[in-house]
Amino acid sequence: MKDEVTSREERIENLKGMGCSRKRVEDARFTQGKGNYVDDIKLDGMLFGDFVRSPYAHAKIVNIDTSAALEVPGVLAVLTAKDLEPLGLHWMPTLAGDRQMVLADGKVLFQGQEVAFVVAVDRYAAADGIEAVEVEYEELEVLVDPFKAMKSDVVLRPDTVAEDGSPAAGAHGPRKHHNHIFTWEAGDKGPTFETIDNAEVVAEETMYYHRTHPCPLETCGCVASMDKVNGKLTLWGTFQAPHAIRTVVSLISGIEEHNIRVISPDIGGGFGNKVGAYPGYVCSVVASIVTGKPVKWIEDRMDNLMTTAFARDYHMTGRVSATREGKITGLHCHVTADHGGFDACADPTKFPAGFMNICTGSYDIPTAFLQVDGVYTNKAPGGVSYRCSFRVTEAVYFIERMIEVLAIELNMDAAELRRINFIKKEQFPYKAALGWEYDSGDYHTAWDKALKTVDYEGLRAEQAQRVEDFKAGKTRSLMGIGLSFFTEIVGAGPVKNCDILGLGMFDSCEIRIHPTGSAIARLGTISQGQGHATTFAQILASEIGLPADSITIEEGDTDTAPYGLGTYGSRSTPVAGAATAMAGRKIRAKAQMIAAYLLEVHDNDVEFDVDRFVVKGAPEKFKTMKEIAFAAYNQAIPGIEPGLEAVSYYDPPNMTYPFGAYICVMDIDVDTGLPEIRRFYALDDCGTRINPMIIEGQVHGGLTEALAVALGQEIAYDDMGNVKTGTLMDFFLPTAWEVPNYETDYTVTPSPHHPIGAKGVGESPHVGGVPCFSNAIQDAFRPFGNRHTNMPHDHWRIWKTANELGLHD
Amino acid sequence: MIPAAFEYHRPKDMAGVLSILEEHGDDARVMAGGHSLIPMMKLRMADVPHLIDLQDVGGMSDIEIDADTIRIGAMVTQHDIIDNEALAQAAPILREAALQIADPQVRYMGTVGGNVANGDPGNDMPGLMQCLDATFTVVGPDGERDIAAREFYEAAYMTARGDEEVLTAVTIPVPMGGYAYEKQKRKIGDYATAAAAVQIVKDGGSCVSASIAMTNLSDTPIYSEAAGDALVGTSLDDAAIKAAVAAMLDDIDPTEDNRGPVAFKKHVAGVILRRAIERAWSRA
Ligand SMILES: Cc1cc2nc3c(=O)[nH]c(=O)nc-3n(C[C@H](O)[C@H](O)[C@H](O)COP(=O)(O)OP(=O)(O)OC[C@H]3O[C@@H](n4cnc5c(N)ncnc54)[C@H](O)[C@@H]3O)c2cc1C
Repeated sequence: MKDEVTSREERIENLKGMGCSRKRVEDARFTQGKGNYVDDIKLDGMLFGDFVRSPYAHAKIVNIDTSAALEVPGVLAVLTAKDLEPLGLHWMPTLAGDRQMVLADGKVLFQGQEVAFVVAVDRYAAADGIEAVEVEYEELEVLVDPFKAMKSDVVLRPDTVAEDGSPAAGAHGPRKHHNHIFTWEAGDKGPTFETIDNAEVVAEETMYYHRTHPCPLETCGCVASMDKVNGKLTLWGTFQAPHAIRTVVSLISGIEEHNIRVISPDIGGGFGNKVGAYPGYVCSVVASIVTGKPVKWIEDRMDNLMTTAFARDYHMTGRVSATREGKITGLHCHVTADHGGFDACADPTKFPAGFMNICTGSYDIPTAFLQVDGVYTNKAPGGVSYRCSFRVTEAVYFIERMIEVLAIELNMDAAELRRINFIKKEQFPYKAALGWEYDSGDYHTAWDKALKTVDYEGLRAEQAQRVEDFKAGKTRSLMGIGLSFFTEIVGAGPVKNCDILGLGMFDSCEIRIHPTGSAIARLGTISQGQGHATTFAQILASEIGLPADSITIEEGDTDTAPYGLGTYGSRSTPVAGAATAMAGRKIRAKAQMIAAYLLEVHDNDVEFDVDRFVVKGAPEKFKTMKEIAFAAYNQAIPGIEPGLEAVSYYDPPNMTYPFGAYICVMDIDVDTGLPEIRRFYALDDCGTRINPMIIEGQVHGGLTEALAVALGQEIAYDDMGNVKTGTLMDFFLPTAWEVPNYETDYTVTPSPHHPIGAKGVGESPHVGGVPCFSNAIQDAFRPFGNRHTNMPHDHWRIWKTANELGLHD
Repeated sequence: MIPAAFEYHRPKDMAGVLSILEEHGDDARVMAGGHSLIPMMKLRMADVPHLIDLQDVGGMSDIEIDADTIRIGAMVTQHDIIDNEALAQAAPILREAALQIADPQVRYMGTVGGNVANGDPGNDMPGLMQCLDATFTVVGPDGERDIAAREFYEAAYMTARGDEEVLTAVTIPVPMGGYAYEKQKRKIGDYATAAAAVQIVKDGGSCVSASIAMTNLSDTPIYSEAAGDALVGTSLDDAAIKAAVAAMLDDIDPTEDNRGPVAFKKHVAGVILRRAIERAWSRA
């Protein structure tokens, strides 16, 4: 047999298991245009639905006249709230415990809100139908500023107010004002305030993390097909959590869950945009039920930017206290969170501000207090985690800016300040002041490696020289060194404290080994470009000893895949990856018994070796996993059921805490406000590395989205609530031209509680990247007195900073 | 993002184009590359019941260069401009400017005629053509006529071209001296925050002629004669450049948009013009 002459190294290589830069199996179809996205789905007689949207940010709906629209050739139906009301579907529950109008019920709360749903034979007829729907609006006072909203007499959401006009309690407790949604607290207020009030040094800063938007290349959409004969509803869509969508659809429609099949086909990027439940889904389902035909709804780019799930919009105020030597003693953070017209944040139920309480960052801060106030305004709902775990970009931006401000206050080097305050390796598992238990870390090693690689001291010397040259009139360019050290909290999460709509945030994997030694594994997650079909097969290859190339990974079809909570918040590897390893181990345990039987020894006398079980001490006696697989199906083995299958539902004991050290070097043209990124170094520690090439790809992508957000990507509103950045001309999506060369690096600190020690990486670069780019710009102006300026740092705002510092005089 | 229904016409010659224009008047519009017009139709900001595609008309895709003049057919694409070696020799500013328009995909489709006829203050070629003192040839029911680029632009989307006329060619005197097209934009594919086209002739260390035009800083391109005049007769010392910038700032009238407020735009316009002048001078 060939096996006998193959070396152990070759056998390992053949598996393409963990640690190997296996090429992405998905790319063959994607690079040939053979992907199958929701808009590629075409069914017989399929109709197209699209929305009449509100041009106003706040208005009463006086009347909707659909008669002219119904005359438009090809238009079959126009749904309004009145049509949905008898079904109880004119409103729907949000993931945050609030409710949201499916179609405008008496008023609209944001520009672009869904007012009526036009169903037509194709999207062209639907577009003409939309033009013909006549809606009479009566404009109301617009509130786009959450601070003003909290003082205004205008009641944005009359449905949340008791009869006496007082705000009714919300999903997260009492409310302070009729436009207030919740207050959420973590940590110890008294001791924190006392520490800060009596501290030697205190740095304070107010910062606004602007509203932006995840911008997947593919927008949101679905195809709903109700088969009236068998009563089954099939729903294809861009769902990051297909199983949760099935449950939600069942709960709100009353259709029994076994009669609903949700399928997420190929998804062209999600970044949090595709987690929520949107009116388009509900309307498509209703339209399919009403017409008896499949109905497709696909957002266009403007719809996507203006309506489905924004990210951030956090007004943050911080106070950090320290000793004169720079040891941090306390941290206080207050957030006013602008949630728009409905609270549709996608967070675990008990966390209305997500994991914002990771805002003590990578530092050993003995006492801290966080308070978040959610507020209604006339903006689109959402508040998703855009390429990050729940609100973690906000938290990390906050602390990484506060560190820089404190460094200024202390007149200290910001790299050194970080080093002084890092949680030490021996402190892990580390219990943070705001509640989390960090699993593992070695921050000092990572930081020192990063600083050394970029020659940090050399850079600082160069920067000092540049400042001198600038002051001497020899240059108009300043140099900024951006530092960022982040700790993410990903892999939500333990069922004891993490659920969405009551669904525990475990995940799952089901494996079937075929007789000839290949396999299929199905998971409760769904790839949107992360390469699950590649990496999960690698985990399994290492666990069960069959080549990754012989393992099919399937996700996204609720009729076949085991239940899971989906893919976002970097949870796939920490949770479903763990389930995969655990299911693989069940396979291996049974394989061990089969091998022992075949080798005629006791179970404990065989051991696993790469792709086989060998008799201990007699390596020439073995059975390969391929042979064992066949035996599982063709032999009657006493005491063992035929077949080789396993399923595992994994409830993680803790989150995982990836971390990293990023450094950016930038040159800034003071006169035009143009930043030029000269160097970007990213060291990531995501624990065990499954596929280094995929990790690098994820880091490049995450950094590019970080660059976008830091340097210009914004959803901006004018005072009337009009979206000013509704197209890609104004909404910054970087091209290859704007993106620098990234240098990637790593350390490996495995997660102690994860079966394979992996922590997740897809979102880290975004979380760490945003403050790094921002800090580089702020650092360039530090020698001239800059403390903090808000993102996005587009040309004019950088110019404005220079201008206000007197650098143009 | 779907345009209202329209009738699509694809005539084979100019006579066909003109007769459709005459028949439908305001309701008809010609389309060249479509990369300004189609987005406007999709946003339903332009309502074009009769769309006349110029692709089959012929005779408008040549670049002819002789000793004194360059004639560029209206259907010559921005990519053709970049690709033409002889043109790059004769008028290098055209290539420098074209490379700063949009991205390669847009430049394969977008035409010179469409760019100058469009009348959008964001377009780069109108200012460029004013700098080069180009002449636009249009043909209509009453035959052909020439209009100077410097006289062509009246307001945003309002030009001296009549609704029933088609622009057929752009003619420019072969430019002399040093050149520069300097443009600040937020990203690839963006219109200018500010852009300057500069052509300077130098003789024995002093400037004998200078032509300056600015883009996206008013509702039309701005040919600033005063800015050019401020340089003539000087050795382009700092005072001369300052005077040119000041003169230009008097001529422009930017408005606030997502690129920034007026003060920023004026400042950047000054910086961009200075850089363009310095680069053109270094090449003169
Ligand atoms: C993403 C993007 C970025 C862009 N960035 C830039 C940029 O940075 N700078 C820039 O200058 N442009 C930019 N453009 C516009 C692009 O250069 C257009 O192609 C150009 O403005 C118009 O040329 P066209 O051939 O596509 O004209 P069309 O879109 O076909 O027509 C534009 C207008 O001109 C009229 N027209 C066209 N040809 C004639 C003619 N021969 N006679 C009379 N009228 C005519 C049409 O009726 C229409 O009103 C950008 C476009 C896009 C989509």
